[in-house]
Amino acid sequence: MSTVIPFGPQHPVLPEPLHLKLTVKDEIVTEALPTIGYVHRGLEWLAQKKDFHQMVQVVERVCGICSCIHAATYCQGIEEMMDIEVPRRAEFLRVIWSEMHRIHSHMLWLGLMADSFGLESLFMQCWKVREQVMDVMEATAGNRVIISVNQVGGVRRDLSDAQLSWIKDVLNNLEKEFLALKSTFGDDYTVRKRTVGVGMLKKSSAYDLGAAGPVLRGSGIAQDMRMTGYGAYKHLDFEPVVEDGCDSWSRTMVRFREVLQSIDLVRQAISRLPEGELTARVKGKPEGEVIVRTEQPRGEVMYYIKASGNKFLDRCRIRTPTFANVPPLLEMLPGADLANVPVIALSIDPCISCTER
Amino acid sequence: MATEIITIEKSALLDEVQTLKNKGYRLVTMSSVNFDERFDLLYHFDKELRMKNLRVSLPKGESMPSISGIYLAGFLIENEIKDGFGIDFTGLAIDFGGNLMLEDDVQKYPFCSVGVKKSAKVKKEDA
Repeated sequence: MSTVIPFGPQHPVLPEPLHLKLTVKDEIVTEALPTIGYVHRGLEWLAQKKDFHQMVQVVERVCGICSCIHAATYCQGIEEMMDIEVPRRAEFLRVIWSEMHRIHSHMLWLGLMADSFGLESLFMQCWKVREQVMDVMEATAGNRVIISVNQVGGVRRDLSDAQLSWIKDVLNNLEKEFLALKSTFGDDYTVRKRTVGVGMLKKSSAYDLGAAGPVLRGSGIAQDMRMTGYGAYKHLDFEPVVEDGCDSWSRTMVRFREVLQSIDLVRQAISRLPEGELTARVKGKPEGEVIVRTEQPRGEVMYYIKASGNKFLDRCRIRTPTFANVPPLLEMLPGADLANVPVIALSIDPCISCTER
Repeated sequence: MATEIITIEKSALLDEVQTLKNKGYRLVTMSSVNFDERFDLLYHFDKELRMKNLRVSLPKGESMPSISGIYLAGFLIENEIKDGFGIDFTGLAIDFGGNLMLEDDVQKYPFCSVGVKKSAKVKKEDA
């Protein structure tokens, strides 16, 4: 006999509200249907009310975790539309802050994931180590998450030599403490028991269902928007992190390795940071349409922006990575034990505020 | 980044989308834009990091064929567009009936004012 069990919108492992209607038979999930709409804020619609400069602050609030990359992506789109050449120093600074956002986002998620499979101390360790990068953002931008460093044409803040040196020291220490967690995530019996072979997403399914980011790369597909070389990434050495286990463990290890990769990218950006201006002059109003894609911690984000020469945009469409990863989640759940649903749901790193905007 | 968008007719949409699927393109998302007399629906695909974009103009009041039979992931995007713009998609794999994000008592499509939602219910309440 089949039973329907509601999962969420309030659930201990869900930091944000997502409802899954699970049909189960003998504690095995046979079907899953999502319901969203609990945190929809109409941020795309605000493009009709806030001018194109103010929209930078609006898109930063799409996500309370990876705000910096939303703003950088939006600015990149407007700059492309208005043919603005962003100073190279500003492009490098965007990479530094963006990669620090990726570090804190992945470490936050690793902690939540540890919590989902019951290792409370690992959860606390991840968040303790993460605090170091939060301190860097607060010290360099005045805030921990919504750092507001981007503006159309460049960045609002600079980093002094002393700050750059301090960031390198902090990251050295962070890396050392973070690597101490590697054996637990990678080899611990309990972690592997709860994640290996759980939430399987075949390579072909990940691609066909439009998966993004670590969900796609955890299924063996080497796709990362940073490979396109947007911004300063074209000046940095970069190879996407890929795992081919197609399960929750692979998605975990992709994110674990990406923290180390982001530390490396910050170091590269600091060592190659050119001197120069922080902003280019912005003249006129945007006109035309542009599609721009970048890599958020959760995967590819796409902005479609349309403007007709007014200070307000006609349309600012945002496709966030979690939105793309909901259909793959529905593919992972059938056949899973009910007890594994929290781990599987969390393995896509769901950000529902992003999804609903 | 590519910003080229190819305009096609509504009648050619499903064939074009099926061709892209056969060629190994991945569905990134869809976008919709409101104009006075029409909507523009944009379909964004990607293969080896290169995008291909299709545009279909849809007169207001007409329905659109769903691509969720070709790309299942399209169902979530089409439901979101249905909520925001009031566009009906025929053959939608999973249809939330305009309630993916919006509650029953929402009276207008947020992105445009092409009609009043749940008109029968409104009349009843008004009465």
